Amino acid sequence: MEEETFSDIRGQPITLGCQRHSSFCTEFTVSSPKVSIGKVLASTCSVWLLAYLLFFFTQNTAVLSSAILVTLVGMVLHIHFVKVDHESLLVIGSLGIQVSSSYASGREITSFIEMGRIKDIVINEAVYMHQIIYHLCVLLREPAEPDAVAGVVPLFQSSKPRLGCLVKVYRSCQEILSKVP
Amino acid sequence: MVLKIFFPQCCNLADSGLLVGRWIPGHDSAVVLAVIHYPFIPAQVKQYIQQIQRQSGEELAVLGSWSLPKESQEGMESFLRDLSTIFPQERWLQISRKMGKMGFTCQILSRSQRAAGEEREKQSRSEEDGEEEEEKEKVVFVHYDQKKVMLSRLHPVHMEDTQTAAASELRQVFQTVARSQPLFLLDRYDDGPLRSTHWQTEGREGSILVELLKRASVPLCLLLSWPMSIWTRFCRLRIFRIFPLSVLSSKLSTCIQLSHRSEHMRSISAPGAASSHIEFTRKANTVVSVLVDVALGILLMTWLYRDEHVATLASALVPAADRVATELEQLLQWLMGAPAGLKMNRALDQVLGRFFLYHIHLWISYIHLLSPSVEQILWYGGLSAGLGLTFALSLLSDMVALLTFHIYCFYVYGARLYCMKVYGLSSLWRLFRGKKWNVLRQRVDSCSYDLDQLFIGMLLFTILLFLLPTTALYYLVFTLLRLVVVLFQGVLHLSVDFINSFPLFALGQRICQPYRLADQPSELQRRGPDVPDPRLQLLPQRLVGRAGQKAVCRRAGVSMETQELQSRLRTEPRATGC
Repeated sequence: MEEETFSDIRGQPITLGCQRHSSFCTEFTVSSPKVSIGKVLASTCSVWLLAYLLFFFTQNTAVLSSAILVTLVGMVLHIHFVKVDHESLLVIGSLGIQVSSSYASGREITSFIEMGRIKDIVINEAVYMHQIIYHLCVLLREPAEPDAVAGVVPLFQSSKPRLGCLVKVYRSCQEILSKVP
Repeated sequence: MVLKIFFPQCCNLADSGLLVGRWIPGHDSAVVLAVIHYPFIPAQVKQYIQQIQRQSGEELAVLGSWSLPKESQEGMESFLRDLSTIFPQERWLQISRKMGKMGFTCQILSRSQRAAGEEREKQSRSEEDGEEEEEKEKVVFVHYDQKKVMLSRLHPVHMEDTQTAAASELRQVFQTVARSQPLFLLDRYDDGPLRSTHWQTEGREGSILVELLKRASVPLCLLLSWPMSIWTRFCRLRIFRIFPLSVLSSKLSTCIQLSHRSEHMRSISAPGAASSHIEFTRKANTVVSVLVDVALGILLMTWLYRDEHVATLASALVPAADRVATELEQLLQWLMGAPAGLKMNRALDQVLGRFFLYHIHLWISYIHLLSPSVEQILWYGGLSAGLGLTFALSLLSDMVALLTFHIYCFYVYGARLYCMKVYGLSSLWRLFRGKKWNVLRQRVDSCSYDLDQLFIGMLLFTILLFLLPTTALYYLVFTLLRLVVVLFQGVLHLSVDFINSFPLFALGQRICQPYRLADQPSELQRRGPDVPDPRLQLLPQRLVGRAGQKAVCRRAGVSMETQELQSRLRTEPRATGC
């Protein structure tokens, strides 16, 4: 498995792992940076300072215990629903593409798109807040209308790698897709 | 060209034998359904396959041979090769595996090669000679969970017979497995001439409750349809079409709920079985909602009829109505004075106020007239909860409507007065400007009026204009009151609709047996030495609705179609070479 370091659109370092199982099957894994201790400390301290302030005015200990509960529940929800650990793309020629993202708590979401419904994989530009970013996406089609694009599935949405990383993934995918009869 | 072989997980450890399955037309793939073990007589195997073909309608064939040699069996290789001459196929697969090793080996022989007596090994991975790929055929093994694929129901099994080539490959795999049910009826306790391995080899799976329900459903349906036919005939009597009853039955929510429920019961007790899974799910949803409804209603009844709750409710009802009337009277007195500091026209105020006050007085006398029988009415009304909670709620909504009928009347009077006033005002305003409404042309035209017309028009216009605030205020107050009542009734109707139409059966099936609602695989996992043991994962899927594959989109900003539930496939993209 070859690992390379790239950067995402915010400048944070991300790693791209490329594993070539055979000439028609490759798997790409993009890992995001882990949760930073600084951010965790900062959010926890701010919540608790606020709780102490409220306690100072209301003299009610329920405020403090609820602040602790809120912090704990918030952290659990964050690592379970928000923080993505790594996203992977598995391309198997003539069978399909599998896109999966796994969260920091271990939860994994996968979805499989079969080859008959894939029109192409392209690098697309999108307006994201105040910038225009490149992203890799899968163009879908209905088997009945092979020429029309029926949908767009963006890949690597949480890690948002930059163009260098995307080009590498794109080239390997096109190699495999072009061989499909 | 990549050859795909769909191999059932249950056959991973099966004894050596023949592979029975189907070549998927239009795609380069084969699905293996079962393994028939040695010893067998080839003629019997052919007969068996033809019998299964007749029963299931699928084109089954012997795909090749499977060998998992145990210690005592040696020299199987040549035997397996000779088998290919007995079962003539375009391509013959020889899949083998050694105990203790992870990988599978697959050799493919084509007919011409067998005839020529030579065989060429096709390796499934060749790294050294990547340039000679046109000679080597690549093979992808996909292991599937046969039970879950067979039990999945959302792909159309009976449709699209003529377009099999156009259907997607995975859908055809699902269809093939689902339709080959007769193949899976032979388990290892049968004393027939053939032994086979598939997901039901250890014995047929079934649930006693499900079988009992299936057997009991037919007589139950017949039993239900008889009172339903009587009830339908009763409802269609002419007497219900006459004016007052027809209006009442369309306005009262109890009657509407009654007609809904009889519609549901009619659909449940229809004699034929459901033609597709979607219809079956609909029927099941209706049955479950009726059962839940009746259960909740009986719960309500047990609460209502103990501890004299009915009596307490009845005794609280009349004083509550009295209080509402007193509050309304106070409101009218306030309106007749100077409400919120506005100055009203005294004479009109007094007229309207006294008119409404008299109404309230009439209403209170009627309530007092009814008060001795309120308890009886409540008692018998509570019995309707036995039919279902929805009936109790609709009855409550109707009773609220009847009790607040005076508010409804006030609203109607106020609205009519206000409407007439606004209509008159607009017409006289047009006169003021010298215009007229042309009914023929549906537009405003200019018109020359006589002097006396103008004079009277001006008088009336001024009168109406200065009386506008008074009427507007009454209208506003009574509309707000009516809105409160309508809101409460709306909440009741909403809960009734919710109980009527929430698909509980589909939800339960999604939670307990998600694979039945599958249409497509959801996840592939690599099998290899570095991967930990995979777990089962089932994704959310579309509930009762349209069948058919839709695109999978997640947070893409395009039209969000919900993801389909999928059963799980495991792939093995790498098979060790021979």
